[in-house]
Amino acid sequence: MKRFFEQHRSKFSAGGRFRYLGALYEAVEGFFYTPGKVTSGLTHVRDAISLKRVMIIVCFAALPAALAGIYNLGWQANQALASGGGGEIGAWRGLLLGLLAGGHDPASWWDNLALGLVYFLPLYCVILVVGGFWEVLFAQARGREINEGFLVTSLLFALILPPAIPLWQAALGISFGVVMAKELFGGTGRNFINPALAGRAFLYFAYPAQNSGDAVWIAVDALSGASPPVADSFSGATPLAVAMRAGPEGAVAAIGSSGVDWWDAFIGNLPGCTGETSTLAILLGAAVLLYTRVASWRIMLSGLAGMALFATLCNLLGSDTNPLLAIPAHWHLVLGGFAFGLVFMATDPVSAAMTDRGKWFYGGLIGVMVVLIRVFNPAYPEGTMLAILFANLMAPLIDHFVMRADINRRKRRSAPQA
Amino acid sequence: MLESYLNLFIKAVFVENMALAFFLGMCTFLAVSKRVETALGLGIAVVTVQTITVPINNLVFQYLLRDGAWGWAGLPLLDLSFLGMVSYIGVIAAVVQILEMVLDRYFPALQHALGIFLPLITVNCAILGASLFMVERDYGFGESLVYGLGSGAGWALAIVTLAAIRERMKYADPPKGLEGLGITFITVGLMSLGFMSFSGIKL
Repeated sequence: MKRFFEQHRSKFSAGGRFRYLGALYEAVEGFFYTPGKVTSGLTHVRDAISLKRVMIIVCFAALPAALAGIYNLGWQANQALASGGGGEIGAWRGLLLGLLAGGHDPASWWDNLALGLVYFLPLYCVILVVGGFWEVLFAQARGREINEGFLVTSLLFALILPPAIPLWQAALGISFGVVMAKELFGGTGRNFINPALAGRAFLYFAYPAQNSGDAVWIAVDALSGASPPVADSFSGATPLAVAMRAGPEGAVAAIGSSGVDWWDAFIGNLPGCTGETSTLAILLGAAVLLYTRVASWRIMLSGLAGMALFATLCNLLGSDTNPLLAIPAHWHLVLGGFAFGLVFMATDPVSAAMTDRGKWFYGGLIGVMVVLIRVFNPAYPEGTMLAILFANLMAPLIDHFVMRADINRRKRRSAPQA
Repeated sequence: MLESYLNLFIKAVFVENMALAFFLGMCTFLAVSKRVETALGLGIAVVTVQTITVPINNLVFQYLLRDGAWGWAGLPLLDLSFLGMVSYIGVIAAVVQILEMVLDRYFPALQHALGIFLPLITVNCAILGASLFMVERDYGFGESLVYGLGSGAGWALAIVTLAAIRERMKYADPPKGLEGLGITFITVGLMSLGFMSFSGIKL
């Protein structure tokens, strides 16, 4: 293996036949072996943790949520099929499902997992290939090394998309996110908003029908002949959308009557974006991130607190016309993308606030904004990602004021005592 | 009553943000957003001027320019609304001038802090835009006061945020052709994407 790399190195270095693929070679070699180069300067930080390790830890932490989401995706779809809601999965996906020997029995865990994989894997592969393409293109054109950041970006991006989204839209979204929000600013670490979030928001506003409608949350193509495409008994709306249309009986009651109780929502038995459904699995990931100190506990805690406080405030305010005001905080936690966003998106160290005190404000802002968008904005019931995007914009300003305050305090402290 | 004012204020600050939803006042928005301190100064100046000029222009429109406004003088057919643009910009210039003299006399420190930005504001299209929106949407006096304050505050928030992002972008490394204003335009676009989360908020 090592010999193989050494043999072919010359072809990729300057003057070699494949020199325009040099960045790709670097990346593949770096994936298997630690680079042979040693820093020769004087200033040098030695640490076991590197960007690559951080990214890999995040990927591992996202795995439970991904697996639970994939299983749930198949389970929801099979249930919809079994309840005779009409609709079927598309032709080539059916073929793929046949290869995996999966059926449509909601009671069989393999059938559920296979169906979920049939939806998730093509989505993920498209995103990975397209995102990777841009990363390699920019790295090569600008003479940089390929950065592992795009692995995390593409995994998280796949997890926050609606499962039945058209693949070309996913490709467009990741292209926008990676190119406009990251590469143009100089690549990983130099961007100011999270590329996955930018891509998601782009799709949200560019194709609202496929990204915030009811049809996308369960992986069944609704347009397959049956005259009422999806039966009313299983409309496939996310609980937040159900709550939105709730009558005077209250939002929580409406969610309950659509067949989802709090425990269902906690372990992830509800329609939604792949990675966002199971709060339990997300908490597992959060534990990993916190234990390894990859993510900031300050952001998670303050986000939670901001959400809880503002949701309680809304509960107290109450309203006859807006049933969403009455959703209690523990429901906000398990519905939609809040948990996933707070654990994986908000804690992105590049786009979050840098200062410790700033992180409190940053997290709190996210918590408040999530509830604000969910409750007061009927257009976007799934507002977590937009809330975090907004907080990304505010993070530099928060940092600025925290630093100014620090500077002023120190000035006062060191001022000669009169 | 109070609720509808609050609604209008929030709408003017976030939903219909002058800089990020209507892209008004772009020239100063891009030129003076390199540092947070100066952006803050300009922002405060815009809020002040906006809060004064929009209500005054509202009075000018209601009692001098609108169709039939001269009815009390026996001229019910007189419609001077074609003079709107000229009058509003005149009012804005006059207000800025007077404000500058007042500040100079009573608050020299503030005058010094605002510096060149105060006169610059006269030709800021966000200011004129707010007055024209006020006329177009037929706001009353109270509403135009709230709208002036809100739209000014929204513009100030946008420019301060952009300045903070640009300060952080010292570490960014855009391609050669995009350095400077190019990357700033893209930044503003992404910011406007973030502010779109407010569009459609109902209170």
